[in-house]
Amino acid sequence: MKLSLSWLREYVELPAAPDPAELDRTLVGLGIEVESVVDQAATVKGGLVVGRVLEIEELTGFKKPIRFCRVDVGNPEPQEIVCGARNFAAGDLVVVILPGGELPGGFVIGARKTYGRNSHGMICSAAELGLGTDHDGIVVLPADSAVPGTDARPAVGLDDVIVDVEITPDRGYQMSVRGIARELSHAYDAAFTDPGHGSAVAPTAEAPHPVRVEDTVGCDRFSAVVVRGIDPSVPSPGFIQQRLTTAGIRSISLAVDITNYVMLELGQPMHVFDLNLLRGGLVVRRARPGEKLTTLDGVARVLDAEDMVICDESGPISLAAVMGGETSEYQPTTVDVLLEAAHWDPVMVGRTARRHKLFSEAAKRWERGVDPQLTLVALARAVELLTTYAGGTPDEFVLDINHVADPAPINLPTDLATRRIGVPYGVDQLGDLLTKVGCTLTGVEPLDVTPPSWRPDLLAPIDLVEEVARLGGYDAIPSVLPATRGGGGLSAEQIRRRTVGRAMAESGYVEVLSYPFVAPGAADAFGLAPDDPRRSAVKLTNPLSEQEPLLRTSLLPPLLATLKRNLGRGERDIALYELGTVFQPHLSATAPPVLGVDRAPSEPEWTAANAIVPAQPWHLAVALTGDAAPAGWWGQGRTATWADAIEAARTAVSAAGISPERVTVQAAGYAPWHPGRCAAILVDGKLTGHAGELHPAVLSTLELPKRTCAMEIDLDALPVKPVTQAPVISSFPPALIDVALVVESSVPAASVQEALVAGAGSLLESVRLFDVYESAAQLGEGLKSLAYKLTFRAPDRTLTVEEAVAARDAAVAEAASRTGATLRGA
Amino acid sequence: MSYRNDPYDPKQAALLAPEALETAVAEAEAAFAEVTDLDALGALKPAHLGDRSPVSLARREIGSLPPAAKSDAGKRVNVARQGVQAAFDARQATLETERAARVLVEERVDVTLPWDRRPQGARHPVTTLMEHMGDLFAGMGYSVVDGPELELEWANFDALNIGPDHPARGLMDTFYVDLPGLVMRTHTSPGQVRTMLKQQPPIAVVSPGRVYRTDEVDATHSPVFHQIEGLVVDEGITMAHLKGTLDHFARALFGPDARTRWRPHYFPFTEPSAEFDVWFAQHRDGPRWVEWGGCGLVNPQVLVASGIDPERYSGFAFGIGVERTLMFRNGVSDMRDMVEGDVRFTRNFGMAV
Repeated sequence: MKLSLSWLREYVELPAAPDPAELDRTLVGLGIEVESVVDQAATVKGGLVVGRVLEIEELTGFKKPIRFCRVDVGNPEPQEIVCGARNFAAGDLVVVILPGGELPGGFVIGARKTYGRNSHGMICSAAELGLGTDHDGIVVLPADSAVPGTDARPAVGLDDVIVDVEITPDRGYQMSVRGIARELSHAYDAAFTDPGHGSAVAPTAEAPHPVRVEDTVGCDRFSAVVVRGIDPSVPSPGFIQQRLTTAGIRSISLAVDITNYVMLELGQPMHVFDLNLLRGGLVVRRARPGEKLTTLDGVARVLDAEDMVICDESGPISLAAVMGGETSEYQPTTVDVLLEAAHWDPVMVGRTARRHKLFSEAAKRWERGVDPQLTLVALARAVELLTTYAGGTPDEFVLDINHVADPAPINLPTDLATRRIGVPYGVDQLGDLLTKVGCTLTGVEPLDVTPPSWRPDLLAPIDLVEEVARLGGYDAIPSVLPATRGGGGLSAEQIRRRTVGRAMAESGYVEVLSYPFVAPGAADAFGLAPDDPRRSAVKLTNPLSEQEPLLRTSLLPPLLATLKRNLGRGERDIALYELGTVFQPHLSATAPPVLGVDRAPSEPEWTAANAIVPAQPWHLAVALTGDAAPAGWWGQGRTATWADAIEAARTAVSAAGISPERVTVQAAGYAPWHPGRCAAILVDGKLTGHAGELHPAVLSTLELPKRTCAMEIDLDALPVKPVTQAPVISSFPPALIDVALVVESSVPAASVQEALVAGAGSLLESVRLFDVYESAAQLGEGLKSLAYKLTFRAPDRTLTVEEAVAARDAAVAEAASRTGATLRGA
Repeated sequence: MSYRNDPYDPKQAALLAPEALETAVAEAEAAFAEVTDLDALGALKPAHLGDRSPVSLARREIGSLPPAAKSDAGKRVNVARQGVQAAFDARQATLETERAARVLVEERVDVTLPWDRRPQGARHPVTTLMEHMGDLFAGMGYSVVDGPELELEWANFDALNIGPDHPARGLMDTFYVDLPGLVMRTHTSPGQVRTMLKQQPPIAVVSPGRVYRTDEVDATHSPVFHQIEGLVVDEGITMAHLKGTLDHFARALFGPDARTRWRPHYFPFTEPSAEFDVWFAQHRDGPRWVEWGGCGLVNPQVLVASGIDPERYSGFAFGIGVERTLMFRNGVSDMRDMVEGDVRFTRNFGMAV
């Protein structure tokens, strides 16, 4: 909302010239968000003077007609200026910026040759001066309104300070000159004349025009006056036009401008009807479902049963409180008007505005709350302005259908503000601050505080405490660190995520935080089966990109997109990890139970509500391509392979506190992985995720490098980390025995190792596969050799050679029986 | 064969002559001193300490001496032998020391060779900073709580005093989904509601995490960003406690000069409410106040909807943007750097922020 300081000054006695920066701070200190405070005099720099056009010479031969003007700017010699506009004549007063001056936007004016003539300055349009967007010709000042050569700023309204403020949704009263002036009076301790308490029209028993209010909930006050015989040709006076332009409201006609002007000044939205276009008496009621109304913006609207309308005998003529209709619109020929000022239910207006996407200036005010005691003052002000400028005679009768309830008093314990804010407010100070706000106080303990009519937001004691704290000043609140309250720090899951994240980073992976938005085509691109549960995704109804409306069910689609972005930027060797939630909708989702806010939901209600919340487990994923270890002066590099992806899973599971013997790795076929290079990762026999090389077809579709690898596990599916038990460390020497076993190539190495462990018994301390060898010549077709280093050790003695060999033989025997392994060279 | 019982017979035992022994020692010393490596020294050993060396041969002659002379001669030979041995040992030690020093010189490498043999990973600075913030509150006795990102509309709005008709509900730029009653959480405050529904005061929690708003990504906005919000509910909690907490947090994060400055504001879930700035002395453009977050006393309506008696208890709440903090604290000039996942950006931070 933009208002000029000169307007505010009409109601609050501000210091002579508040510094814009100080005014900014003051408004902010009052809780009013400041977009800008602009001293307009400073927006145009250098000489900006009134000029009188003496002669005009039409220049031809150019693409458009050009005028070479001689302009009296108060110097002995006239100023020669070239001008492209045509909306002026010799003798007119215009606005001239002299060479050396600067227009808003840093446009510096010089003396220059143009269209074959020397031009010394420029005749300005309103847009060039930063006054609105009117570019249709230059500014022509009213005849004899100023003297050539004098500063033109006052003449065009460039001598004011404009404040642009954002009003919080709870403070409708601030959306007016009245409200902001009141606030400034608090901050500057300055005298305030409340325009809301100005003269009012007096209601009469008889109405100037018949009106019936059928729904007094939707409309608890409806006031109206009639003025006949106005001169419709009179334009709005300059100050009204300027102030509306400043506020961003288009000037339309005097009567309409006056309603907008009064709205800005008092905060009371109004409407003007052409009395002679009304067909019979008015009825204020709810719309009938399906009723139609074409509003002033030319949109034909279908109304809802909740909308309030003003009707005449033809049906709805106005979407109440939001926007008028076309049929009764004020016309250029209107001579008799009905001015309406009403009070509408803010909830109704808010819903209507949202339903019809009509966030008019009026709707914004209604939604935030309008003073219900303003209607008669607003009408008086509008009649005064209208008859002053356009003549006309007010009807002797004034309509006022009033069902407004008085604000209820609030019981305020005198120590509440002190107890909540931590500042010792005295009772006198409370009374003083609340009286400033407009409250009336009676009683002693508790105080009976009746809020003013313009503060519908003051309903509870805490609302009054807020006003005390705000006007008492937040700077007065001391800084006191409270005692601790026995919190529990981090949860086991949070610690696990941190440890896993650190482990991944320490293993060379770089963390990314991708947006969880996914394209519907990702499921096909990943080759997911038709019944793959990952195809069932939550859909955003208002996505930022129509291309990506789904929430991820796997971390991989966004992660691979991030991988691709890095490739596109020239990175070649990339290892990424992401820790984040995926969204798994329940297929049987229903609407949650309706929960109120006047009490906490009961246990069953809360459980039922949470039952519809999709599972959102934390996953960990990695994606890697290029070299896992770089080549360098030390030798060759190593390309990232499926094995790195599996190792990443084991690193993560280990970091999550799961010991290696609880982890099983099995061959698996699972999209989007390569069917021959995909491992299922199981913990305690339960599937937790997959790792390996991605399917070549998927990589081709996604345009990712061949052999790109990935891993994804469900962290929340991992068992809770047990308390790790200490091992028994034997101090006796080990017996080391190597064995090489020959098995069929299809036998998983993990099975052979499992058999060795099972067969070796308790003396086996560790087993390590140190070589895999395949050679048709040496071993025979379809066979491979697996070489293991076995370490045996007893807790209580030095093993004899016989004991160690017996254990080795038992291990080999078990491997032979389970996997068909034979001892190589045996 | 008989011998004269003389103490010394030069003819029979010339090698035992004191002069001869002295000469043997001197020659050995001279020979040892001349060699410059251990191998050469070793090669000299038989000639001066071996069976055929002068001192060994001299020892053999002791038997030919009369008994009275034996003891004296024996002592003389021992002294000579020890002299040679000492000379050898000394020279050997010297040469060994020299060799060790030479090996160290020979084994010198260029330690300035690149050390990037293992690729370095990194954690995202948003993650690291958010954890750091959580740790500071954990140290102040708070619990760190999580909540779902796809959240009940009731918990995100209604319970926080943002009813269906509240003007603020339309201002929140909410992502809605095709499931009724659910929204992408617009703040982490629903985590506070969930805490209060589970637990009676005293409550001290922070809830860090991802939140969603329908803002197009640009230099200062992202539809997905991170917040950390705090909530303390107990008897006698005041705005002064809120200020003390935020000031303390600011000092812990930014140093002893940091403090907060408040501006009255409006949030439906707190009353009174404030937006707060922090004095950030390390700003790259010079010390200044920086907009930091929002805070206030928990609105009694929120306590009621969360099952807490607003007559008995009061509470405060605050919220801070993690990306916003990172932008001024670490000089991140463009939001997109934090969301695009460019490894060059994240690697810069390593494991710390």
